[in-house]
Amino acid sequence: MDRYTQLVNTPIGKTVAKQVGLPKPVPLKRHTPGAPVVDGRVLLGGAPGGRLAQSLAQVLADAGAEVSTPLRPDLRAAAAEAGLDAAPWTPQASVDHRYAALVFDATGITESAQLDELHAFFHPTIRKVARCGRAIVLGTPPESARKPAEAVAQRALEGFTRAIGKEIGRGATVQLVYVEPGAEDQLAGTVRFFLSPRSAFVSAQVVRIGKEGGKVPSDFDWERPLAGKVALVTGASRGIGAAIASTLARDGAHVVGLDVPALEEDLKAVAAGIGGSALALDITDADAPRAIASYLRREHRGVDVVVHNAGITRDRTLGRMDADRWNAVIAVNLSSIERITDALIEGGRKAVLNEGGRIVCVSSISGIAGNAGQTNYATSKAGVIGIVNAYAPELARRGATINAVAPGFIETQMTAKVPLAIREAGRRMSSLWQGGLPVDVAEAIAWFASPATGGVNGNVVRVCGQSLLGA
Amino acid sequence: MTPAAPRRAVVLGGNRIPFARSDSAYKKASNQDMLTAALDGLVERFGLAGERLGDVVAGAVLKHSRDFNLTRECVLGSRLAPETPAYDIQQACGTGLEAAILVANKIALGQIEAGVAGGVDTTSDAPLALNEDLRSILLDANREKSVQGRLRQLLRVRPQQLAPAIPRNEEPRTGLSMGEHQARTAAEWGITREAQDELAMRSHQNLAAAYERGFQDDLVTPYLGLERDQNLRPDSSIEKLAKLKPVFGGADGTMTAGNSTPLSDGAAVALLASEEWAKQRGLTPLATFVDAETAAVDYVNGREGLLMAPAYAVPRLLERNGLTLQDFDLYEIHEAFASQVLSTLAAWEDPVFCTQRLGRSEPLGAIDRSKLNVNGSSLAAGHPFAATGGRIVAALAKALHERGGGRGLISICAAGGQGVVAILEA
Repeated sequence: MDRYTQLVNTPIGKTVAKQVGLPKPVPLKRHTPGAPVVDGRVLLGGAPGGRLAQSLAQVLADAGAEVSTPLRPDLRAAAAEAGLDAAPWTPQASVDHRYAALVFDATGITESAQLDELHAFFHPTIRKVARCGRAIVLGTPPESARKPAEAVAQRALEGFTRAIGKEIGRGATVQLVYVEPGAEDQLAGTVRFFLSPRSAFVSAQVVRIGKEGGKVPSDFDWERPLAGKVALVTGASRGIGAAIASTLARDGAHVVGLDVPALEEDLKAVAAGIGGSALALDITDADAPRAIASYLRREHRGVDVVVHNAGITRDRTLGRMDADRWNAVIAVNLSSIERITDALIEGGRKAVLNEGGRIVCVSSISGIAGNAGQTNYATSKAGVIGIVNAYAPELARRGATINAVAPGFIETQMTAKVPLAIREAGRRMSSLWQGGLPVDVAEAIAWFASPATGGVNGNVVRVCGQSLLGA
Repeated sequence: MTPAAPRRAVVLGGNRIPFARSDSAYKKASNQDMLTAALDGLVERFGLAGERLGDVVAGAVLKHSRDFNLTRECVLGSRLAPETPAYDIQQACGTGLEAAILVANKIALGQIEAGVAGGVDTTSDAPLALNEDLRSILLDANREKSVQGRLRQLLRVRPQQLAPAIPRNEEPRTGLSMGEHQARTAAEWGITREAQDELAMRSHQNLAAAYERGFQDDLVTPYLGLERDQNLRPDSSIEKLAKLKPVFGGADGTMTAGNSTPLSDGAAVALLASEEWAKQRGLTPLATFVDAETAAVDYVNGREGLLMAPAYAVPRLLERNGLTLQDFDLYEIHEAFASQVLSTLAAWEDPVFCTQRLGRSEPLGAIDRSKLNVNGSSLAAGHPFAATGGRIVAALAKALHERGGGRGLISICAAGGQGVVAILEA
């Protein structure tokens, strides 16, 4: 927790902040192993005619959530079918419940006039969301809509969730999940992630779940989803990379950490701490892709999860930037990812990337919004999004996925060096009024890496607390 | 020797005094006065003067400590044979029906031939208790052996301790009144003001019609100048009910004085017997007392609404008797509050409640509302707590007999999260 957040959460700080009208960041709840997915009551609602109530009820039941639903026959029947002892909820119920999450199936909305269902559900409940609570709206991807009117109404959901994100406050987050028809049984991994404190710093995002994912087995181990899997994490010796490595290890993976030889000592320490392995090489070397591929094949018979986290900055405004600065950033942040990915997926069925593999890239909000002094960095990180878009169809064909996280302001050694005024602006200019932690990025990557999220492919999700930049 | 197999217990009829609003017509009448009057009316109606009955079972919810043997005292004050035994029970608003269950069971087992079940309550002549601190000082003083010692104890008395403890209509474990509890349940089940007012209006209309057509003539005996229930408003209308302000559930509440029962005074009794006993005296059985069930819910931890126990008791009773909720010709669901009736019916139609809480495979379903409380219920008649069971048993038995047969369901919710339900058949 940064010092300002500590300060405004003291009794005096609270009073002062309130009187002066300062932003009021609340300490975000984060995941602890063994903790329930959602701590508190979930209100499950939906527009009439929706197609997700049954699977949402099942996800909530499996997660052991306490649930309320409106007294509509379809929702009550869905809850009963899922074995949920759901309390009835009506708008006039002035019950003293605070909701840990509001979950709304908007797939029944097929024309703009029906958007009033959003108002009817959220108007009486939005101010009853608990601290660090959640709001999740699920819709149909506009591109999958059967009629223009439905596409319009579904596209409208995005403005709604982004606006709620800016209103909801108190550390709560909101997401929009577009579920392709046929992907109704693919919700568990994503809904659990967004309900839980694992998604603490992710807000106002739009995620698409496709139908290619395959069903999650009923005995799936949600505590150790990566048990028996091998994960490669580049740039693993410190900062976000180290957090990614330990989070994937926590989820059961054997982690192969990779970093440049100059950081080998740090890298080995990280690997030792999580029972992983260390691979010291420079990813921009010409034979690095081949070396990585043969190492993974030789030591681990392939790899299941690849996290392209390694990245550098060489900031200068463009007029002052020499070619070396430009080229170094493009080579590390972009070209090497392409080359390594190609090396890991070549060979069809015999590829080093195992069937059902997961590739996760680390982009940046600089790549989305652009940033003064970072033309090279922004170019590379936008290119990373290009990689996700370009490779997603090919990976889908082999039951694998590729996605990216785009971190916003994360509290690391790198951001600690940023001048105070700019650093404070970066921290506060988001709906959560604070910076994120490396683990927030790692948790999002672990969600993409999970075998339960096979339908999540080609997505770019920002881990930025709904930063105002590039929104 | 083997005990005899259970036999039928039948309801022969009943008698009650008109129910009065609190602090009104019966403000000077005691529980003993009213129960004795109801009992004597029954003696008169069925020619029981000087008869020794098997048992008289009754009770009162609000009772003076001097009335520890209330029912027996009433028997001694009545024209029944003084050799008729009696005992008191108390199960809040379920008292009257629970009394009927006890009498019916003894009859079924052959332990008695005939008995009276009922109850009485007054909220006007309510018992006031000593302030708890004062009581403790007086008891301490009483334990002292010397005059000085007693005086020393009595000097501890402070003026504020002279205020009496007034009995309160609230649940000891939650501190909430019954109305506040039910307001939560009503909101949870989305029971609207309109639906409650509609049920209240029908109760008044049905009771008024029952009086008009003489249905109550052999059920009610006038008392202290009252011939009909004082709370009955034959001209009640949706418009008038809609004007009332909410009394429970805050400013946005849906429960008013019109769709909640008022505090009231009164007594009711019902006569049950074996078929042989009835035959010997030339009395016509109105209905058989088939079976009964009592349930309780954990309202303290907020898992269930205070007055939702009948929603659990009825399905258990149906299960045991191989019946569905729709297998009834008449339903008597005590109207403690209109919203209590409607919440119960909503729960029985809800798939989640029925599968998760009742463990059934499907909802009990809806009932035909035209069979519900056809001769009015507590919203119109009033609800002297322990008297309600006797009123309903006698009225339902008569209604079933009058229609030439059929099956009726009684459901009564009670304080403490309890519910008493029964089946009558004619």
